[in-house]
Amino acid sequence: MMQQADPGLRKDLMQQPWALWWLQAKRLTQIELRRNLFSWRASWIYFLAFIPTLIISIHSIVDPHDPTSISDDTQVFASIVQLYYIRLGVFFGCLGIFSRLIRGEMIERSLHFYLLSPVRREVLLLSKFAAGSATALLLFVTATLANFALIYLPFGAAGRDYLFNGPGIEQLEAYVLIIVLACLGYGAVFLLLSMMFKNPTPGALLFLGWEAINPVLPSMLQKLSVASYLRHLMPVNVGVKGFIALLTVETEPVAGGVATLGLLLLITAVLLYSCYRIRTLEIRYTTE
Amino acid sequence: MNDLIVFENVSKFYGEVLGVNRVSLTIPPGITTLVGPNGSGKTTLMNLLTGLVQPSSGSISVMGLSSRDANKFFATVGYCTQFDFFPRDITGWQFLVDSLMLYGMSKLTAIQLAEESLQRVQLDKTAAWRKIDGYSKGMRQKIRLAQAIAHRPRVLVLDEPLNGLDPMARAEAMALFEALGRQGIHLIISSHVLDEVDRIADRVVLITGGYLIAEGNIHQVRQEVREKPMQVLVRCDRPEALASKMFAMNHCVEARLHPDGKGIFLRTGDVDQFYSILNEIATEGIVKIEAVAPADDDANAIYQYLIGSEGGTL
Repeated sequence: MMQQADPGLRKDLMQQPWALWWLQAKRLTQIELRRNLFSWRASWIYFLAFIPTLIISIHSIVDPHDPTSISDDTQVFASIVQLYYIRLGVFFGCLGIFSRLIRGEMIERSLHFYLLSPVRREVLLLSKFAAGSATALLLFVTATLANFALIYLPFGAAGRDYLFNGPGIEQLEAYVLIIVLACLGYGAVFLLLSMMFKNPTPGALLFLGWEAINPVLPSMLQKLSVASYLRHLMPVNVGVKGFIALLTVETEPVAGGVATLGLLLLITAVLLYSCYRIRTLEIRYTTE
Repeated sequence: MNDLIVFENVSKFYGEVLGVNRVSLTIPPGITTLVGPNGSGKTTLMNLLTGLVQPSSGSISVMGLSSRDANKFFATVGYCTQFDFFPRDITGWQFLVDSLMLYGMSKLTAIQLAEESLQRVQLDKTAAWRKIDGYSKGMRQKIRLAQAIAHRPRVLVLDEPLNGLDPMARAEAMALFEALGRQGIHLIISSHVLDEVDRIADRVVLITGGYLIAEGNIHQVRQEVREKPMQVLVRCDRPEALASKMFAMNHCVEARLHPDGKGIFLRTGDVDQFYSILNEIATEGIVKIEAVAPADDDANAIYQYLIGSEGGTL
C-alpha cells in the first residue's frame, strides 16, 4: 500500500515561494553564465575543450582518409574521449569552472553580495551549479560534436555511411551522455571541494589519484568515483597498455542504465551535502 | 512584525578569538551609531545582524525576521559592507540592476529603482555605465551605497560609509543618511568619524574588545558616566572670575579659557552641584552669564571617557 505523504509537510512545501525561487535561479544562472563564458580568464578552459578539435582539424586536412581506416579513427576518437576528455580536459576544465563559483568569489571578496541578496542559499548554490554545468556542457559537448564531425566527415561517403547506417550516431549519443555526466559529476565534486578547502587544487589532485586507483579498490569504494560509472557507458573499448592504461578505467561490469542512475545519485548526494555546507558558510575574508 | 532589532545574549567566537561576547541589545528605529576602536567588534556585530556570520550562542531578530529566511529578510535589510571589492568586469549599472533583479521584480522596475538610487547617492549615470574596476574609491563607495539602498530597505546597515569620500561627498552622504533617518527606517552606522555621525545619530552603541559597554541616547549614556568629570562651556563677561569662584568652592577640577576670551570651559565631577552653584553666582551678579552648555556631551567625549582613546577622528 502506498504511504500517504505527511499533509503538514505537503502544505509546507506548497506554501514555499517556488515561482520566486525559479525566477531567481534563472536570473542568477544568466548572470553567472555571462561571467563564465565572456571572460578572458575562461580562455584556458576554451583551450582545454578545443585543443583536440584543432589537432583533429589538422589531421583531417593532411591525412588522406582511406575508408579502410575508419575503425582506426574510431579507436582514436574513443581514446580522445576516455584518455583526454574524461581524465584531463573535462576534469581540469570543471575544476576551473566550478571551483571559481564559490571559492573564487571568496578569494575576490565578492561572495557577500550574493549572500546578502534575497536568495535562499540553496537556490544560490544550485543556480551556480546550473551555470557552471551549462558552461562546461556548452564547451565540452560542442567540442565533442565538432571532433566527431571532423573525424568522420572527411571520409566522405564511407564516413556518412558509418554515421547514418552504421553505429556512428549511437556512439555519438553515448559520447555526449558521457561528457554530460562527466561535467555534472566532476562539477558537483569540485563545487563541494571548493567549499571545503581554501585551495581546492590539492584536493582535486587527490581526487584524480583516487579516480586512477579506483579500479583496484573494493566494489563499494568504486561507487565513489565518477570515471568508473562513465566507463560502463563507453561505446568503444580502448585497448591500451602500460602507464597510459592508468588513464583508462576498468571496473566491475554494470549495465549502462544502472551506471547513469548511480552517477546521478552520487551527484545528488554531493549537491545535498553542498547545500548543507552553504547554509553554514560564513564570510570571513580575512582568513582567506 | 515588530519594528525592533534584538540581540539576545549574542556571542561570536572565531575559533578561540573573541568577536563579541554576550551582547544584549534592542535597537528601535532611527539612526544608531556603533562606536569602538579597530577590532572592537563593530563589523562582527553588523555581520551577525545581516547573517554573514552566525552567532556561536544567542539569537538575533531583525523586525521579527531571521536571516535564514533570505527572501523576506533581505527585502527588509540593506547592508553596505566595508569590503571594497566587486564582482569582476562589471559596470556600476549592471551591478545595480543585477542585484535588483534578484528580488523578483521586472526589469523596468529594476531600472527605475537603479536610477533612483544613483540619484540619491549623486553618482552620474554615465559614470555608472563604466566598469567598476576603473572607479575612484569615492565612486566605489557610492555605488556600494546605491546598491544597499536601491531596494528601499527598512533596515540599512552601513559599515564605515564615509571612508574614501571627499568633504563634499561626505556632506552629501550625511544629508542622505539624515533624510533616510527621517523616513523612520533603522539606520545603523559604524564610523570612525565621530564628529560627523554624532550630529545625526539618535542613539549610540559603544563597544570595545567585543563587549558592549554602553548604549542608548547620547545624553543618557553621558549621564551614565557621571563619575567622570564633565566639561561645561559657560559664556560670560568675566570668565577668570567665574573660574576662581568655582575653584574656591571646590566644584571645579579644570578650567580652560575659550579662544575668543568670552567664555570658559569648566570641568566638574558633580554636574548637579555645579549647576546649582552656577545659579547662585548668577544670582549674586558677580558674573554676567550669557549661556551654559555641556561641551562634551557627545559621542566623541563619551567614547574618550569609556574607552580611553583620544577623540576626534579615530
